[in-house]
Amino acid sequence: MTAKPQTAALELRRAAEGAASALPPLLVAAEQLAATVQMGGHGRRRVGPGEEFWQYRPAHSGDEARRVDWRRSARSDQQFVREREWQLAQSVHLWVDDAASMRFSGAPEGARSRPTKGARARLLALALAVLMVRAGERVGLTGPLAPPRPGRAQLQTLAGLLSEDASAEDYGVPQVAGVAPYARVAMLSDFLGDLAPLEAALAALADRGVSGVMLQVLDPAEEEFPFHGRTIFESMGGSLSHETRKADDLRARYLARLAERRDRLEGLARAAGWQFATHHTGHPAQVPLLWLWAALERRRG
Amino acid sequence: MTVFGPIGFTAPWLLLGLSALPVLWFLLRAVPPAPIRRRFPGVALLLGLADEEVQAERTPWWLLALRMLALAAAIVGFAGPVLNPVVSVPGQGPLLIVEDGSWASARDWSRRVARMKEALSEAEGAGRPAAILMLSDPPPGPQPFAAPGDLVPGLAGLKPAPWEPGADVPPLPDGRFETLWLSDGLARPGREALADALRAHGALRVWQPAVPVLALGAARIVEAEVHVPALASAPVPFPVEVTAVGLDPAGIERELARQEISLSAATRAEAIFDLPPELRNRVTRFEVTALRSAGSVSLTDDAVKRRKVALIGGAPTREGLALLSPLHYLQQALAPSADLLEGTLDDILIAKPDVIVLADVATLAEPDRLAEWVEEGGLLLRFAGPRMAAAESGDDPLLPVRLRAGGRSVGGTMSWGEPRQLAPFPEASPFFGLTPPDDVTVRAQVMAEPGPELAERTIAALADGTPLVTRARFGQGEVVLFHVSANAEWSSLPLSGLFPQMLERLAISARPAQPGQAELAGTTWRAVKLIDAFGRLEGAEARSGIPGEDLGEALAGAGAGPALPPGLYAAEDRSVALNALAPGRELSPALWPLDVPVEGGEAPRAMPLKGWLVLAALGLLALDILAALAVSGRLRGPRVARAMVVLLALGLGMMPGTGLRAEETTMDPERAIAAASNVVLAHMPTGDPEVDRIALAGLQGLSDTLFARTAVEPSEPMTLDIERDDLALFTLIYWPVTADQPAPSPQAYARLNRYLRGGGMILFDTRDADLLGVGSASPAARRLQALAAPLDIPPLEPVPSDHVLTRTFYLLQTFPGRYDGPIWVEAAPPDAERAEGMPFRNLNDGVTPLVIGGNDWAAAWAEDARGLPMFPIGRGSAGDRQREIALRFGVNLVMHVLTGNYKSDQVHVPALLERLGQ
Repeated sequence: MTAKPQTAALELRRAAEGAASALPPLLVAAEQLAATVQMGGHGRRRVGPGEEFWQYRPAHSGDEARRVDWRRSARSDQQFVREREWQLAQSVHLWVDDAASMRFSGAPEGARSRPTKGARARLLALALAVLMVRAGERVGLTGPLAPPRPGRAQLQTLAGLLSEDASAEDYGVPQVAGVAPYARVAMLSDFLGDLAPLEAALAALADRGVSGVMLQVLDPAEEEFPFHGRTIFESMGGSLSHETRKADDLRARYLARLAERRDRLEGLARAAGWQFATHHTGHPAQVPLLWLWAALERRRG
Repeated sequence: MTVFGPIGFTAPWLLLGLSALPVLWFLLRAVPPAPIRRRFPGVALLLGLADEEVQAERTPWWLLALRMLALAAAIVGFAGPVLNPVVSVPGQGPLLIVEDGSWASARDWSRRVARMKEALSEAEGAGRPAAILMLSDPPPGPQPFAAPGDLVPGLAGLKPAPWEPGADVPPLPDGRFETLWLSDGLARPGREALADALRAHGALRVWQPAVPVLALGAARIVEAEVHVPALASAPVPFPVEVTAVGLDPAGIERELARQEISLSAATRAEAIFDLPPELRNRVTRFEVTALRSAGSVSLTDDAVKRRKVALIGGAPTREGLALLSPLHYLQQALAPSADLLEGTLDDILIAKPDVIVLADVATLAEPDRLAEWVEEGGLLLRFAGPRMAAAESGDDPLLPVRLRAGGRSVGGTMSWGEPRQLAPFPEASPFFGLTPPDDVTVRAQVMAEPGPELAERTIAALADGTPLVTRARFGQGEVVLFHVSANAEWSSLPLSGLFPQMLERLAISARPAQPGQAELAGTTWRAVKLIDAFGRLEGAEARSGIPGEDLGEALAGAGAGPALPPGLYAAEDRSVALNALAPGRELSPALWPLDVPVEGGEAPRAMPLKGWLVLAALGLLALDILAALAVSGRLRGPRVARAMVVLLALGLGMMPGTGLRAEETTMDPERAIAAASNVVLAHMPTGDPEVDRIALAGLQGLSDTLFARTAVEPSEPMTLDIERDDLALFTLIYWPVTADQPAPSPQAYARLNRYLRGGGMILFDTRDADLLGVGSASPAARRLQALAAPLDIPPLEPVPSDHVLTRTFYLLQTFPGRYDGPIWVEAAPPDAERAEGMPFRNLNDGVTPLVIGGNDWAAAWAEDARGLPMFPIGRGSAGDRQREIALRFGVNLVMHVLTGNYKSDQVHVPALLERLGQ
């Protein structure tokens, strides 16, 4: 064995460790968050391929002899067949908005600091993925990079992808490529950008029979608009700006617009058979996670 | 320097910068306040929202004005403005500085020196020679001109003199020169002549302060009050304070009295001090407060002193025989000018009199103490009389000569010869100069044993050479014997005008006025203390004696001078004060010819304004920062609010205290008179109007009962105002205790304690019948414990059956109110013993300061407006009986307060009766 392949292997290993080192914090946080959700039954309540015991039934003609449960049959004169509960793995696609607007936090420092919206959204998404994987579902991202797969290895992949540098776009556009028909989609975004692409994406997904949830992640500052005086507001990417002499005056109208947008988003979700909710980064993450879990659970039946 | 009105500018060209202000107007107004940039994702929602208020994109006008004001202040400030600038006009030729240098210059001497220094530095700058001429201390020849720089060091050594300059024109330098005359502001003879002489040599400028000159004249006594004349050269707009300064008993100089007089209307006023003799004799000088000048100091001499003279007569005087009293003529002679003490020798020696007069006292009660007093400097004056003549005087040490027993009588009915007249006084006698009138005759006298020292000790004799007055020294004091009696029995001397004069010469009575010139002739005086021009007293040990003639001349009106500086002069036992203000001198302001420029010493000082203006500019800029922040909306948020609160608090904290004024703590005079003029019962307010009403009604009922049954006839009861009333005026304080009564203040507790120590009594009433017994506590009892904790309360005990309360008026064994519970009083001393043959112990010390119980006495005593009981007690006649006993308890209590343990003294009755029987 020469020295050169050894060096190459070491290089690879180091790069891998470097890449992996970024993952554990997010993954650990996601696992912690997921641990707070009590696992419920996920069986389909009917006979089918699965791992859990469902019922014994008398064997009838046509059953293969190897399916007879001899231990049960030995206690009577009949032969019994052991049936299992049908457990069907679902495919869940996650879309986490990685646009510049998600990098906003109303209080980035200090004792009452809040995470950025993006961080909270990634945490929620990965925690949801952990739950899904634990439940045996297949989890992936929308788009081509990470198609849904089961297993914990997929979590590493997802964590890696979610930790990647975000795009420079001001507002995110949902990707719908690669979503299998009848899959589930969870969208996490602030939904502050143009609504037209979202509408189109929802329509495309609804066409494919895809249902899902939309979670709007907002910073409390966006909800309260606590600004005064002469101000120039700029979007995170700097592409949009708006100047005002008296920010106080804008507050009521801003809030009205925000409420209108939320109504519209809800309308969109309802029309597509989706669910919609809003989460503020100032609140704990458990609440939206539970909601996400339950919302996806309901729709799985 | 350019001068506009009262303001001059050191750099006036900078003011041109003001013309640039309009340009700034345009520059500044174009710049709007910068906005804040904020990253905000929600901006997408804001797009298209227009501001409701359309605001010009310009700086608000007031901000602009603020900035321009700041800039203008800075420009004007740096242009160097000076308020009241000094504009000097240079003169020519040598400069002569003339300074009055009198005591009137002393009060602003430092300013005079500063003015001289200024004039000298100006002269030095102009290269002019200069000279300084002090009028109060004129040089013998013309003052040579010198370089001003050489004169400046000498300025510190210049001192004003405590006298005024003379009227002569001092020798002046030749040639032409300019003169700056620093006048002390007083008109005096010779000033015009000097002014003319100076103007003959060149220009004359005068510097004269505008403040009037104040001076005090010699103090004198008018009817036991000390009058100190105060003079001013012009009416003084502010009140003038005159203080009397003297030594306190510890020998430390102190202010003894202070009097405020007003000279705002007149130029002459008198400060009148009504001082007790003890204090008046201590006064060494009067001075005008806070004025440093010899003229404002008036030294006191014998004219203000009054001797303390103790008179002791031999025979007890009988009523109606005043004219025969040996002391009558002495009293008449001394009363106007001395303070008389009478009493026993014991008491008098304690009072430390200056003179003790013994009129016909042959045997001294305490010769040792008296001799000690004489040796310490006392003057013992003795008069003969029948007792002294009859006594064996050989062993009396306190006589100047040995006396022959018996005396002699001439010209009487049983003797031959004429009554004797007085011989002229010899030169060595203190009476020298007095002329004995012809009608003074002596009919009887005591005779001295001849001896070698008799002639020396005789200071007055009769025509036949027998001594009339003899004198001898004892230690530091002396003993003087009049060989005649102090009344008119033996001689007519006490009837004559010579008698008070002789007493005055002996320094027994004070001199009524300044000694005349003739009186001072031939005497020699020495200075004891001298006043310098600033009014400070200095010792004068190294001075030579002053002939009396000079002193007399000065006192007569010539005033002090270089040879005779003002101060206190003494000869033998007499002292004379020569004050800086000559007697008879009237003060008036100096007037100058109209063409002589007079600089007011009070000219407003040049005041540079640069610092203030630059400070104002900085302040305005600081304001501008705040304003700019406010305009751009950055002056918000909790932090700014906190900062503003702190700033406001600081500002308020620095404002002069507007705290509540201390409440008036004195009693209303009318109320005090009402309380003091009669026995008054009082109750402590509880804060519960019903309880207070009952307490007042109860005290009214008790007062009525006392009025009807006893010699105590109280006035209307009162409700105490514990914070303001003088408790000493109240006989008894009834204190009903309620559970929620507010506690008095600490000051009130101090007053209550003083009241209790001073013999007052408080009756505490918890009004709960003491149902819970000793040790346990009802709410009222607990409150009582809390209320009474700060009081000085002696040990208590339940009232014993032999307590004086049981018999001060009525004989009682129970003390009921509406209830009949035990009461507590001050415990008897543990060593009290039962008196023999008496049913009670010997407890005759002190009135119990406290009575504590819970029987609700006020309700039992209370009567309504018709005099009927307000509350039922018990039932039937038993209840009426209880009310009666309650009232009797009240009577006993008041009697106990008023008479103390008078009844307890009955224990001594047998002993007293036994003594009376003897």
